[in-house]
Amino acid sequence: MPILAATGRDRIARSEGGSGSGEEENPARVTDVAVRLVQLTKRFGGDTTGKRVATYVDGAKADDTFLAVDHIDLEVRDGEFFSLLGPSGCGKTTTLRMIGGFEQPTSGLIELKGEDVSWLPAYQRNVNTVFQNYALFPHLTVFENVAFGLRRRKVADADIKQRVGDMLELVELPGYERRKPGQLSGGQAQRVALARALVNKPAVLLLDEPLGALDLKLRKQMQVELKRIQQEVRITFIYVTHDQEEAMTMSDRIAVMNKGKYEQLGDPEVLYERPQTRFVAGFLGVSNLLRATPDGPVDGYAVYRLADATAVRVPQQLVQGESGPVAIGVRPEKIRLSEAKADVAPGLNRLAGVISDASYLGVSTQYIVSLAGGGSVTVYEQNVERATKSELWTAGESVQLTWVPEHSFVVADEGSASNAAQEDLS
Amino acid sequence: MTAVVATPPRPSVLRRIARLAPYILLTPGLLWLLYFFIWPLAQMTLMSVSSGTLDTGFHVTGTLKSFSDALTKFGTQWGNSLLYGGTSTVLDFLIGFPVAYTIAFKGGRYKNLLLFMVIAPFFTSFLIRTISWQILLGDEGPILAFLKHTLGIVPVDFSILYSPVAVISGLTYNFLPFMILPMYVALEKIDFRLLEAAGDLYGSSWQTFRRVTFPLALPGVFAGSILTFIPAMGDYVNAELLGSPKTRMIGNVIQGRFLQSTDYPSASALSLLLMLGILIAVGIYARALGTEELTG
Repeated sequence: MPILAATGRDRIARSEGGSGSGEEENPARVTDVAVRLVQLTKRFGGDTTGKRVATYVDGAKADDTFLAVDHIDLEVRDGEFFSLLGPSGCGKTTTLRMIGGFEQPTSGLIELKGEDVSWLPAYQRNVNTVFQNYALFPHLTVFENVAFGLRRRKVADADIKQRVGDMLELVELPGYERRKPGQLSGGQAQRVALARALVNKPAVLLLDEPLGALDLKLRKQMQVELKRIQQEVRITFIYVTHDQEEAMTMSDRIAVMNKGKYEQLGDPEVLYERPQTRFVAGFLGVSNLLRATPDGPVDGYAVYRLADATAVRVPQQLVQGESGPVAIGVRPEKIRLSEAKADVAPGLNRLAGVISDASYLGVSTQYIVSLAGGGSVTVYEQNVERATKSELWTAGESVQLTWVPEHSFVVADEGSASNAAQEDLS
Repeated sequence: MTAVVATPPRPSVLRRIARLAPYILLTPGLLWLLYFFIWPLAQMTLMSVSSGTLDTGFHVTGTLKSFSDALTKFGTQWGNSLLYGGTSTVLDFLIGFPVAYTIAFKGGRYKNLLLFMVIAPFFTSFLIRTISWQILLGDEGPILAFLKHTLGIVPVDFSILYSPVAVISGLTYNFLPFMILPMYVALEKIDFRLLEAAGDLYGSSWQTFRRVTFPLALPGVFAGSILTFIPAMGDYVNAELLGSPKTRMIGNVIQGRFLQSTDYPSASALSLLLMLGILIAVGIYARALGTEELTG
């Protein structure tokens, strides 16, 4: 890492000496991990320095102590696009700010490429940030904004010119060098902010809801763009967002955060197909959750009984060992609708219900089906076989709902406690 | 509601009033300026090219004698004005910037109290404050008495009052709030995230200050120094009360010409030249600081 500031290197060398022999035995492991958080915790409001910043965090009461980040252990792999996803106030921005060095952890460690940086100030960390509202320097040109970090590191002028030019090329803003931030559109300012951070070739790039201020169309465009740039530069991205679709579009892995912890960590598909908690099931996409009680295993399937004793089967290996009441989940697009008396292939989960609402959405139709045993589920049906109004299901029709057991998931039913928690967040 | 708006005559009257509103609102101010600034300025300009005495009356003769007198006879006083005004402006900046910075960034919940303390002296009359500096700087005043008798590090016949130092002290003190307040406003509105961004981009505290905070505060520095320099340059009270005949500023000359020797043409010419000089100085200063670049 030749670009690491000398002072930072000295300090890191010292801290490395004290951290024991474990890293020497397994050097490959160290380089595989870009960022490691160990029991990272932030409590706001206990001291006066925390108070001022606490107002940044939604849901924090400035006059109260508030556990924003609660003993997080996390490893971000080198070169991956990693997202921290969660509702506002879940601690994702605070986690990012601690990695960036803008916030001191209350306790815990932050390792950057195997080196403890917990107590280094922001300017000594080999990390750069794309801020939520870009934070471009209004008095400097685009060129000087992008060159800011290089100039602080005393890079030669010719080199700066070359690298800034290349970077503006990468973000598709060549020729904008002499503009001032005030003369840029939101999307352009966003690209400059990205270039300003990336030009320093940081070990890790932190992005704090960078697309939040853009309109939907531009946001979608920038998502694709960000992913392309990340793959081109091969720098680890840690991306904070509350938009699950945004996180799914771009990320290699996502940590879904809630109340200062992450509830589940995994690939977008795993999080979507196999959510492990009620919160994750509800936060990523739409989930139908049916309360059920376990009724013993049959042929490698766990059988659950709904309130009206209807049996629902889930592959045994998907059960996480919950005891007591659970919620069986199934995604709306996995459910097939058929006529109430139609024959159904054996082995499918089957429920009876009545269509209570149908909304044509263009690409699909959304049905709300009232179940015979109480409650209702949402079903999405692609408008492929049926597309015209006469062919769609209409309210009042009796239907049966079927899905493959493998498309189910099981989460602990936290009951009223979890409902209360979700209300608290909204 | 819609019916009322739909009837033709009423909206047209309303619209005409709405269109005239800016002019209506400007009128009192414009009349004030016209009567108390433009008209006297025109009078003064005419007076500066007149000759005569108060007894015989002044007549416009087109003579430029007053101007040539003003430029040639008062070199020392022009120099004093420039030196004292400039020095006190620089001192005010050096004293005021740390104060404004501290209030803006470290003031916390005491911000308003601290700002109140900055302007608190204005609750006392300008004259009284200046006269009290006579006591402060007096040969046996609290400062010199302490240095002379208690510490004994200053010779007993040492004196500050009636020297240029005293005049500059008074000017610096009197115009300090004019320097602090605009700089505070500029510093206060700097987005905290810009400073974080500078730190993120490897800027140390000093580099962040030098490359981000200070450049963004420049409009405030500019406004503050203008607000300090202009009145300090034209001031005569401080030189009158804290200075001696040797430390007379151009303001004292103008005052003397108008009120004592009633040489109105010469006083008018001096006033006009002072105005012109300040305009040119401000123009050069604005160029050097490039404030239009900052707002663009």
